[in-house]
Amino acid sequence: MARLISRGFLGRRRPPEVEKRLPPGQYLVTDFPVLSAGPTPHTPLDRWSFRIDGLVKSPVSWSWPEFQKLPTETVTVDISCVTKWTKLDTKWRGVTVDTLLKGVEVDPAGQYVMAFSDGGYTTNVPLNELINGQGFVAYEFDDKPLPPEHGGPARLVVPHLYFWKSAKWIRGLRFMDRNDPGFWESLGYHIHGDPWKEERYSGD
Amino acid sequence: MAALEWQLGTVTTIQPETPKTKSFYVALPKWAGHRPGQHIDLRLTAPDGYQTQRSYSIASPPELSGQLELTVDLIQDGEVSPYLHDVVMQGDQLELRGPVGGYFVWDVTVGGPLLLVGGGSGVVPLMAMLRHRAAQHSTIPARLLYSCRTPDDVIYRDELNQLAGSVAGLEVLITFTRQAPAGWTGYQRRIDAAMLNEVITPFGTSARTYVCGPTLLVESVANLLVGMGLPADRVHTERFGPTGS
Repeated sequence: MARLISRGFLGRRRPPEVEKRLPPGQYLVTDFPVLSAGPTPHTPLDRWSFRIDGLVKSPVSWSWPEFQKLPTETVTVDISCVTKWTKLDTKWRGVTVDTLLKGVEVDPAGQYVMAFSDGGYTTNVPLNELINGQGFVAYEFDDKPLPPEHGGPARLVVPHLYFWKSAKWIRGLRFMDRNDPGFWESLGYHIHGDPWKEERYSGD
Repeated sequence: MAALEWQLGTVTTIQPETPKTKSFYVALPKWAGHRPGQHIDLRLTAPDGYQTQRSYSIASPPELSGQLELTVDLIQDGEVSPYLHDVVMQGDQLELRGPVGGYFVWDVTVGGPLLLVGGGSGVVPLMAMLRHRAAQHSTIPARLLYSCRTPDDVIYRDELNQLAGSVAGLEVLITFTRQAPAGWTGYQRRIDAAMLNEVITPFGTSARTYVCGPTLLVESVANLLVGMGLPADRVHTERFGPTGS
């Protein structure tokens, strides 16, 4: 198809050092939009747990106090939502998936992970995109407890994928031998979701 | 699933809805149809190849074939909405793809009773649902609770009045949060528990609810609905904007 030039459109350019950090089709925000499917769950911390199950030798589970004792890392990363906004330099504190998997014996067939959340939300991520510091379960944003509307008490953060992969209100990781689709992935969104390849929707 | 291809549409009509909202009718020869509540992605391209994209809810029902209505709020410091409002004219071409989104959707096969709650331009995808319901001559009980700041801010005012007066089983309830018209006897406050309770009472907890608007409104309404005993999976939400604004 011949490319359309939008008559009279010039666009708002950002400085080159910002522009190069925006994946294709994304625009910069400085606030923090909230996108969630359904009401925000409010699970009391004394009923919260985090579980690793599925294709593992023995499932493990942490209570909130136990989870707080795990070693944490603080990272500053750019995040991109499939609804087109990108926010730079967001600061999170949480537990890496590497740390969570210490002492967990994963079945060699368990190469795919389904993150599952309060409220029934799910999203799938290949294991090799969660390890080596790529994914973590965060419970602080900007040095403060993560607010419920942004996924608190804890959410998955996988900054190199569109932010729907960073499951809010996460309660666990389930190991699978197939790359089964999660919630949005079953509703027309891309199975993988790399913003730099603009993998927004199925078929992209 | 086949890729969602970009396609060129032609702006056939531009209709002001409020002082800061316009509807754009876009003729699309290759549109494969949509469900009420879905949105499209719009892509603009500058002469040097710079591109940006935004998502807009579809206001028209699937029954309006061959074209889409997009209703766009003007965001003063925005990049795309000022272009659409101030530059785009009838006959211009727009590049878009869709439909997108399979969650915030309702059609008559989903059933009811149907409670729609909108704030500001959050009424847009809800309007697609109401127009579809009317086009299907559905008698599924439906209520729209629509929060607006002032009478000037009511999008689709005449059509909502006309629908409420002519379509069976539909009630439209507007609440004005800053200024109501003279002689107004309806709601004049932000949506709260008492208001939601009154509006949902005829439907009870079996209502299928769709809530769209600014984040704070949607958070508050969705929490209240769950607190009233609605199952969370019947409270569909679509939020826009940040927390705290």
